[in-house]
This record gives sequence, C-alpha cells and structure tokens, in this order.
Amino acid sequence: MVTARPLQKSGPADRSERMGRLFEPALRTWTALVYAFLFLPIVLVVIFSFNASRLVAVWSGFSFKWYGTAWTDPSILDALRVSLTVALVNAVLATVFGTLAAIGMQRVGRRTRTAFELMVYGTIVTPEIVIAIASLLFFVTINVDLGIPTIVITHVVYNTSIVALIVRARLVGMDRTLDEAAADLGATPLQTLWRVTIPLLYPAILAGALLAFTFSFDDFVLTFFVSGASSTTLPLRIFSMLRFGVSPVVNAIATVMLVVTLTCIFTASLIVRRHARGDAEGGLLLAAARSASQREVA
Amino acid sequence: MIRRPLKLVTAGAGGVLLAPAGVWYAAFFVAPLGFILVFSFLTSADYGGIEYTFNLGNYPQLLTHPIYLRIFLNTMGMAFSGTLLCLLVGFPLAYFLATRAGRWKNLFLVMLIVPFWTSFLTRTYAWLILLSDNGPLAHVLRQANLLHGDLGFLYTYKAVLMGVVYNYLPLMIFPLYVSLERLDKRLIEAAKDLGAGRLQTFWRITVPLTTPGILTGCLLVFIPLTGEYVIPAILGGAKSYMIGNLIGDEFVSAHDWAFGSALGMAVIVLLMFLIAVYFRVARRATTAEMSL
Repeated sequence: MVTARPLQKSGPADRSERMGRLFEPALRTWTALVYAFLFLPIVLVVIFSFNASRLVAVWSGFSFKWYGTAWTDPSILDALRVSLTVALVNAVLATVFGTLAAIGMQRVGRRTRTAFELMVYGTIVTPEIVIAIASLLFFVTINVDLGIPTIVITHVVYNTSIVALIVRARLVGMDRTLDEAAADLGATPLQTLWRVTIPLLYPAILAGALLAFTFSFDDFVLTFFVSGASSTTLPLRIFSMLRFGVSPVVNAIATVMLVVTLTCIFTASLIVRRHARGDAEGGLLLAAARSASQREVA
Repeated sequence: MIRRPLKLVTAGAGGVLLAPAGVWYAAFFVAPLGFILVFSFLTSADYGGIEYTFNLGNYPQLLTHPIYLRIFLNTMGMAFSGTLLCLLVGFPLAYFLATRAGRWKNLFLVMLIVPFWTSFLTRTYAWLILLSDNGPLAHVLRQANLLHGDLGFLYTYKAVLMGVVYNYLPLMIFPLYVSLERLDKRLIEAAKDLGAGRLQTFWRITVPLTTPGILTGCLLVFIPLTGEYVIPAILGGAKSYMIGNLIGDEFVSAHDWAFGSALGMAVIVLLMFLIAVYFRVARRATTAEMSL
C-alpha cells in the first residue's frame, strides 16, 4: 500500500522533491533547445543570403549582390513566373471546388458524405510520391503533354481537400438558421448560397485560398514528376542548382520564397484569428491538428 | 408564407455543389490510382512505356530480391525511429506549452508554426548548408579546435533522421499539446496527494490520458514519413535510400513503370493497414480513458 510520509526525510518523497527542483529548469532548457533547433537553419540561410563572400561559412560583409544575380538570371525569373502562374490558377480552382464541396457535404445524405470524406482524406493521406507517379503515368498514357496545365491539375487535387477541410471546420460551428431565414424570406438556393452562406464563410475561404497558393508555390515532389521541359518551377530550379553545390544565389532565392510563403501564411492565420470565435489561438495549423486529432480519435 | 423546412430548400443542391470537386477527384485522383493498379499487373517495355501483357511477376519481384526488401525495411526503420524521436523530443515541449507557457502560449505556438510553414525544400536545404564540410558548423568547430578534417555528417542515415525530426516535429507536437492541455490537472494533484511520485504520476496518469494525442501525433508523422522523398534525396546517401526514392527512380531513371506501380500499390496497402491498426488501438485507448 502506498502512503504519503511527508515527515520522513530520505524517502521517495525527498527524491521526488529533488527531481522536482531539476525538472523545471530542465524542461525550460529543453524547450529553448528545441526552438533553437527549429530556427537556427532558417536564420542562417537568411543571414548568408546577404553575405558578400562566395563561401558559405565565412562572413565578409553585407551585400545584396546575390539577389541581383538571381534577379538578372533569366532561368530563375522564368521559374518564378511559372511558379506564380501555377500557384495562382491552382489557388482559384482549389478554392472554388473546395468551398462548394464543403458546403455540399453538409447537404447530402450520410452515404454520399462518407464517400466524399474518403476522397478528401484519401488525397491527403496518400503519399505525395504515389500521387505524383500515378499522375505521371496517367498523363503519359492518355497522351497529354507535361507542362503547366498538368502541374496545376495535380496540385488542385490535394489543395481542394485542404480548402474543403478548412471551410468545413468553420461551417460546422456556423449557425444554419441564417440560411433558413434567407430561404424563408424567399431567396432561391443560389441566392442564399451567394449572399448568405459564402459571405459568412469568407474568412475560411480566404485562408484556404492562401494556403492553397502557398502549398502549390512550395511544392516539389508532385511538380517534379508532372512538369515538362519548359515548366520548371522555383523549387525545381533550386533543386537542380543544389546538384552543383551550395551557392549563395540559392540562399537568396530560398529567402525570397520564405518571405512569400510566410506572408501568405501570416495573412491567412490573421484572417482566421480575427474572425474565429472563442479559442482560435495558434491559428491554422492548430485548428487543423485539432480537428484531425478529434476526428481520428472520435 | 408557409415555412419550408431547410431540408427541402437545400435538398438536391448538395450534389450539384459536390460535382466539380467530385469530377476532379474521379478524373485526376481515382483514375490515376486505377492506372497504377492496372500497370502493376502489366509488363514494362524497354526504355520506359508499357506493354499490355498481363504479368503477375511485379509483386513477387518485390519480395524475392533482397535489395527491395531491404529498402522496405529501411523505410520502416526510418519511419519508426523518426516517429519515436519526434515523440521523445516533442513530448517535453508539448508539456511545457500546455502547462508552463502561461500568457506566452500563443506566441510559442505561432513560433512552432513558422518553421513548419516555410518552404519544405528550403528547410531541408538549410541543413545542407549548415552541415556541409565547409559550412558554418564545421567552421565554428574548427575554430574551437574541436574538429579536424571533415564533419562527415551529411549523406548519412543520421543526417536523414535529423532532417526528418526537424521537418515533422510540429506534426507531433500539436496533437500532443491538444491532449495535454485537455488533461484534467486535478487528476495529477490527486495522484500526488495519494502519495505517487513524479514518475509514477507521469506513467500512470499523464501517459494513459494522453494516449489519443500520442497516437494521433505518431500517425501524422508516420504516414507522410513512409512516402518521404525530398529529405533522403537531399541529405541522404546510399544507405538512407527510402521506398519513396525507389519509386521515383523507377520512373525517372530506371523506367520500369510496371514495377514502380507495384511499389506504389504496396505503399498504399501498407498505409491502409497501418491506419486500420491505428483506429483499432485508438478506439481501445479512448474506451480505456473513459473507464478510468
């Protein structure tokens, strides 16, 4: 039987107390170390993108010259153009498809919904490499030339699911009486959708669109397999530059990509936070992780 | 005006709304997966392409050639050790966030997301710079006289493992944080009042009650990790070659589409099996939690 013996000095309680004294600083140190681990590499890339020296390890003064080099390299500019085109078209399509799907999922029978959920989770769970080679096989077999359209098509599959999940998370907490009121007041289903449901959902839709843009802008694996000779995106360009060794120009491009993706993500999470009710702390990923963990355990 | 129930107003509209995404999924997700299923039973032509002759030999090839089996086992090993390491590194951090972060909690959480949302390629590339033989780390160590010669860390199993932990850690921490935050702190106090030590409380109260979060975190890390392609391609060498790289190479350089398709199907089946196991274990864990 376990009993508490607070008066006895050299018992387990004492050991526990000593551990307790060590526990707090250890926990704090560990947290600091992990955060350093997470940030150190990124910070280094940004710092060395401003390094005047060609060497990666030696700092020899501040310079913008690698940005200049990147900016005047036509192959890099081309890649940027392709990346932006793909990401934009993908974001528009995925947002429309995903939003409509999220709303539609609430309005169909249980079986259709389950089947559709299977699609949404299936696209997210299937490893990217498998989707990539499956799409490659598919396009080549039906004789479609690889290029920007095939990249967009493949990206939209995954991003539609992302948008649908984000919009759905907001939809679940939303009051449906407004839809009902609109219908009662004589609005057609289309009017209700366009003038009531979608305006209420717009923060989630915007956040989903930004995420879709970012994922696409950043994607490597899918793009690598379904791109053609004239459709090199920025991540593909970085990857091929890496084969010739580390170069400060890559640091500059990586920093630019960092700024672009972070801007999108921060805007998205700000929008979600401003418009979410209650505890939307932590923004998007937390919401996603939460819904994922609650779903999967339920 | 007659009040029409909402069901009537919106019935039928749902199908129309699902149509665009549904058509897209069918054409560009289900159909391609169907293609690799079919191709996995066909014969590869020389120099890429496919011959439409039925062939059952692609799957046995996977099992009979020791090299493929070894890559499969390697991948599983990497996925298990990567997941375990994420759990070990992430748990104390999630515990700190859930119990000690106080009013800085939101800032800490956002700071976890920031590296997670930066370009995947950039993050992995960052480690390539940091760990290269003439990179900053080697430089600092040489200055401090702690290192002579090369660092020799890149292109090893350890480098890939580190890249994996770096990239997947937030996926582990978030579900852990959520279940730790939901944990009723009174139970811990009660355990202490009843004379349980710190370790005892941890193993008998905290761990069982956060099992759903632990399982979810492990699943969120394990699944994408099984199909990982970029990290071994950048940080890894011959020994850290994973199944994702093998699949990719069957299409990029080996041009054995039929076998590559069989590999892809094998990964899908394996993941479906793991997810099914997860659901069984998770259900048992939640019922155990409820009965506590």
